[in-house]
Amino acid sequence: MPTSDELKQRIEAALPGALVSVEDTTGGGDHFRAEIVSDRFDGLTRIQQHKLVYDVFGAEVGGPIHALSIKTSTPGGAS
Amino acid sequence: MTNTEIREFIDNAIAENPVMLFMKGSPEQPACGFSARTAACLNALGVRYAALDILPDPRIREELSGLSGWPTIPQLFVKGELVGGADIVTEMYESGELAELLEADQPEDAEQVAAQSEAPVGNGPLPLENRLD
Repeated sequence: MPTSDELKQRIEAALPGALVSVEDTTGGGDHFRAEIVSDRFDGLTRIQQHKLVYDVFGAEVGGPIHALSIKTSTPGGAS
Repeated sequence: MTNTEIREFIDNAIAENPVMLFMKGSPEQPACGFSARTAACLNALGVRYAALDILPDPRIREELSGLSGWPTIPQLFVKGELVGGADIVTEMYESGELAELLEADQPEDAEQVAAQSEAPVGNGPLPLENRLD
């Protein structure tokens, strides 16, 4: 069962330099909410930003990770 | 029904409906909080949209995600393009971007309305016949 720490580490590994916080919203290890601030999101649409994060987990989203709620922004503040 | 037929059905649904929502359950009876929230945003804007329940056959979701590259449900398509799932739709609703995209009026109490899920009278979702049953 994935933990919020594990998700946070994997996002940080995939997006070096990103500020990441992950919360297990139900405590059940399958519904998570992630907030990510990264300059990698600069110039990308929201769809592209969220896909970058979903891509870290591939088929696990919809599998062991039932729900992954994402909020992305850039260090400048705009999302 | 073959996977190819399901894919064609999804393709057609996206092409034929300017506002197309793939969700768990129906706008009247959403089967998941994320789907409920997304439908509520559309309802609050009073736009007409088609909705398809992906639950009757697991292949609907597989084919949809294969086509869109988006792993989760709901998925909202506007004029043939993926706009996003619950998080993006809610953010765009609250900022007024969704109203702009759908050429609808932004409700004054946008943040409160997102929590409701009642369909506006006479202006509700277009039922899409679920031929995949």
